[in-house]
Amino acid sequence: MTRTAAGGGAQRTRPLPVATTMLFMVICASYFLVPLWWLLVASSKDRAALNDGDGLWFSNPILLWDNIKGALSYDNSIFVRWAFNSLIYSGVGAVLGTLFAAMAGYALAKYVFPGRNATFNVILGGVLVPATALALPLFLLFSKAGQADTMWAILLPSLVSPFGVYLARIFAASAVPDELLEAARIDGASEFRTFFTVAIRLMGPALVTIFLFQFVAIWNNFFLPLVMLQDTKLYPLTLGLHTWNSQVTHSPQLQLYVIVGSLLSIVPLVIAFLALQRFWRGGLAEGGVKA
Amino acid sequence: MATSVVPPQLAQAPPPEPTRRRRVRHKGAIVGFLGPFVALFILFYLTPIAYAVWQSFHKVEREGTFGKATEVFAGFSQYTRVLENGDFWASIGRVLVFFVASIPLQLGLALLFALLLDSPLVKGKSFFRLAFFAPYAVPGVIAAIMWGFIYSPQISPFPQVADNVDLLGPGLVMFAMVNVVNWVYTGYNMLIIYSALQAIPKDVIEAATIDGAGQVRIAWSVKIPAVAPALVLTGVFSIIGTLQLFNEPRVFQSISSAVGSNYTPNLMVDATSNIPDYYFAAAMSVVLALITCTLSFTFLKLTQKRAFG
Repeated sequence: MTRTAAGGGAQRTRPLPVATTMLFMVICASYFLVPLWWLLVASSKDRAALNDGDGLWFSNPILLWDNIKGALSYDNSIFVRWAFNSLIYSGVGAVLGTLFAAMAGYALAKYVFPGRNATFNVILGGVLVPATALALPLFLLFSKAGQADTMWAILLPSLVSPFGVYLARIFAASAVPDELLEAARIDGASEFRTFFTVAIRLMGPALVTIFLFQFVAIWNNFFLPLVMLQDTKLYPLTLGLHTWNSQVTHSPQLQLYVIVGSLLSIVPLVIAFLALQRFWRGGLAEGGVKA
Repeated sequence: MATSVVPPQLAQAPPPEPTRRRRVRHKGAIVGFLGPFVALFILFYLTPIAYAVWQSFHKVEREGTFGKATEVFAGFSQYTRVLENGDFWASIGRVLVFFVASIPLQLGLALLFALLLDSPLVKGKSFFRLAFFAPYAVPGVIAAIMWGFIYSPQISPFPQVADNVDLLGPGLVMFAMVNVVNWVYTGYNMLIIYSALQAIPKDVIEAATIDGAGQVRIAWSVKIPAVAPALVLTGVFSIIGTLQLFNEPRVFQSISSAVGSNYTPNLMVDATSNIPDYYFAAAMSVVLALITCTLSFTFLKLTQKRAFG
């Protein structure tokens, strides 16, 4: 029997509270959705229509496609470069970051060794360290190594996800049975092979969760690139759009491109969340419950 | 008791020495699994922290105005500068006010939404869940830029409001930013709490229903205590997030004269590093990190007694 069936059958739901609640939910939903709707509508207008007319409805003609083309080609297609950079930073950072966090969390959950708890506590302490406190010393260290204005300076620090290790440890402890590992050992499988063929599958939902939230964290990253990068060609989308936005007073046509660019920058995350929601919601539950 | 040589529980238990001295099994695997993360953690977490702490105890001395710069030990002098800096404490005060204006409302609404989605009062749960969570897909900087347009009288879709209320003036700009932060994170926190609600065993809810408890009573006496750990988690992340507030005020700097370069501690660290005065900036970062850790720990200790009994 499902939860809703049990809840619905066990008590009457009177019409008045349902109507009031639904009204409240619809008002709140519009608060969350209207700004996104406005972004879509505004992206389809020219500058004149943007400044007057109904902000929440399309005006004729719908110029969404022309505006996208304009934003993508402006300044030698720098926007395309930013999007590519963001994909590299977030994609590579999240894939490798998740793998390393999964391996570390698995080791901390499944092996007994001296210093295990100390290691875990130091890593967990890393969750409490504000990411912004790291950006400046990282910049100075990368400068000393002559690597500050490079992709490495953004990529390498993004590979570390202490919260990912925490989630992976919780999940490995509950989802990977010790008996299974013993059985694999008796069959003669190496520890690494067992991890990559058996354990990693059982940890699936947690890994998707870690991947997604690491992807979002890197995609949203702003302070580190701001401190680290001089070369606009290496910027991620966030920093690039911020730069455009602060130039609007000098080049007014940028306003429209910032709006269209903002819309475009959201699309990959929306797709990722929708496509993977079946997995990450399970993983999120685990983290929230056990924390 | 203090003089007893062998504690009774140890005398009865099998001697622990052999197990402790037994060689660690799967040493290679442990090193292989932990190695990559630990190496990166040391390089890109511990080293910068150590470097910032080292810098905070140093300063630059020059021979003459344009002479060669040398780093010399400065004791606590950078920290004295931080402690005596009125702008720094004003910025800390501002983020604390920001926290009070933002987090109770944000987490309160997140909890309310989660409870409503978990109750039989709401139809179309998956639509509302996604609608409330959607803003989380918008990066903080982009959300700030977008709301900046919505607040500005020229292109706001709500000109009646934006024309008549100075949303970006000194009186309201903080709430304008609170709104941006809450818009992005309420749904995210809702989802964490909602996931915890889903994990409550169904028979507990059923038993409460059979005992005649209404929805409100069940929410108050069964569900909220059960999701307390999730609330604590979201609370800690909110403390850390608010104290290091940067993206939103940085974007609002360019559209509101009420947001100065010392508005939040992190804006001040950034401005100081642009002078550049890295040593002073490092000391500010260390103080900020210490305040953050102290507040999150205090919050954890205060709530753990309630949340975890």
